[in-house]
Amino acid sequence: MAEVLVHVDHVDGSVRKPTLELLTLARRLGEPVAVALGAGAADTAAVLIEHGAAKVLTHDAPEYAEYLVVPKVDALQAAYEAVCPAAVLVPSCAEGKEIAARLALRIGAGIITDAIDVEIGEEGPVASQSVFAASFTTKTRVSKGTPVITVKPNSAAIEAAPAAGVVEALSVSFSEKATGTKITGRTARESTGRPELAEAAIVVSGGRGVGSAENFAIIEALADSLGAAVGASRAAVDVGWYPHTNQVGQTGKSVSPQLYIANGISGAIQHRAGMQTSRTIVAVNKDPEAPIFDLVDYGVVGDLFDVVPQLTEEINARKD
Amino acid sequence: MPLNSTGENLRIVVTVKYVPDATGDRHFADDLTIDRDDVDGLLSELDEYAVEQALQIAEDADDAEVTALTVGPEDAKEALRKALSMGADKAIHVEDADLHGTDAIGTSLVLARAITKAGYDLVICGMASTDGSMGVVPALLAERLGVPQVTLLSEVSVEAGKVRGRRDGDVASEQLQASLPAVVSVTDQSGEARYPSFKGITAAKKKPVESWDLSDLDIEAEEVGLEGAYTTMDSATDSPARAVGTIVKDEGEGGRELASFLAERRFI
Repeated sequence: MAEVLVHVDHVDGSVRKPTLELLTLARRLGEPVAVALGAGAADTAAVLIEHGAAKVLTHDAPEYAEYLVVPKVDALQAAYEAVCPAAVLVPSCAEGKEIAARLALRIGAGIITDAIDVEIGEEGPVASQSVFAASFTTKTRVSKGTPVITVKPNSAAIEAAPAAGVVEALSVSFSEKATGTKITGRTARESTGRPELAEAAIVVSGGRGVGSAENFAIIEALADSLGAAVGASRAAVDVGWYPHTNQVGQTGKSVSPQLYIANGISGAIQHRAGMQTSRTIVAVNKDPEAPIFDLVDYGVVGDLFDVVPQLTEEINARKD
Repeated sequence: MPLNSTGENLRIVVTVKYVPDATGDRHFADDLTIDRDDVDGLLSELDEYAVEQALQIAEDADDAEVTALTVGPEDAKEALRKALSMGADKAIHVEDADLHGTDAIGTSLVLARAITKAGYDLVICGMASTDGSMGVVPALLAERLGVPQVTLLSEVSVEAGKVRGRRDGDVASEQLQASLPAVVSVTDQSGEARYPSFKGITAAKKKPVESWDLSDLDIEAEEVGLEGAYTTMDSATDSPARAVGTIVKDEGEGGRELASFLAERRFI
């Protein structure tokens, strides 16, 4: 059976959710071989095997933490050469896309980014993408070389599929390019205890209508009642009410959760580009003409300072 | 003090892309490339940040030159014109009928050859285009040029032959450092882009714009265009319009009614 390489995104051995989704997609195309790199790489094996990895290739070296992107490209290339896979799947995070691009160039292959689905076609894997602010769905395949495809979070259901799963050490020799960009400092993001925005099942967002940084507390309270991530529109980020890392939209993160609740967000095209593929969309906005209402499954025309706290209270009451 | 390692002037190439306006009705042509005829084009907003950082780095240098580079049809000159009116010194337009349908891998080939021909110490790109929005060209350029990639920076500075910057990721914020020459990409957090002044717009008309075609870059037609593309789009279908949703006016119970909707959909 053809093997499919899956690049593992993990933080100190804790595998991030999109990688487990990739294993589901990889099983449609062949036998998943996971590649885990850096500190804690070996600790990822159990959960990867539990989700279908027939093989886990691991490698750790200081280079992964000390230099940007290229050491991981070298390692993935080594795995590619060792395995000769039918496809390479990489999570569509910023770093994932850069790793995938450089690998594709090295192996003379095409790259598809931000796939929302991957199926097996007559001429190899076919990737679906949602483009032009989700107004079109395209089907694209790689026509030269081994397909390298990056896949967006929430593109597949995570399925447990325990595999025999062997763990092997990957042999990697770093290229001269590997040490080109030094990471001279690293400040970990403070954990909010909330799910990561791009991978959350529910996202609660606030925009200009929230009015101030302090008022984001009511958005956070609603998010916490639902176990959701907090997002913000560019308007709210640009005035400093919420961090850029939480920005949803064309220049921020693209999200496609099960439920998206937009509060005080008008729904400019740039915001819609980042959230339009959400499964269920809800909006609260004072302005009945706000373009966001064109997208919603359920909209409330009203003051978010009345509606949101009442909603939070009701959710918390129903949970008790 | 000169900012690059050789003591010569600092040569900055900023890549810019002419894209269909995202607020227009974007769609595909019959050959499944982007239909450029029906939608107005403009300089990709994310590239304005790259031009801005290029200009700021040049202003801090004693002797620097900023070249705006684009690959695209005749209209793409508009993107160069905007970069020149913001303050770039000169521009290069790579235009060739055979480029129609070129993918990211092919675009990176054309850009890399043009950058090499132009000569550079620093390449500055936007984080992604606002049409294809893949965000892979800066990494591809670094790989092709064999120089460090210092990408997705929200802050950037150049001093004594080194580029430094801050990259804000999901998990951590990283400080990066690399020696020139290098490829940099900047995010929309790197600093507000300036508006062209009237003087800038007037001056732009007199600035040199070179036109190169594929033969100037020793690229064969089959290496680019739809034929040379490494990916093939089989179909593009209009996403089904979302079913019209329920919109209610809050009469005092809006929050509780919304909770009932969420409960129906099993989110609570």
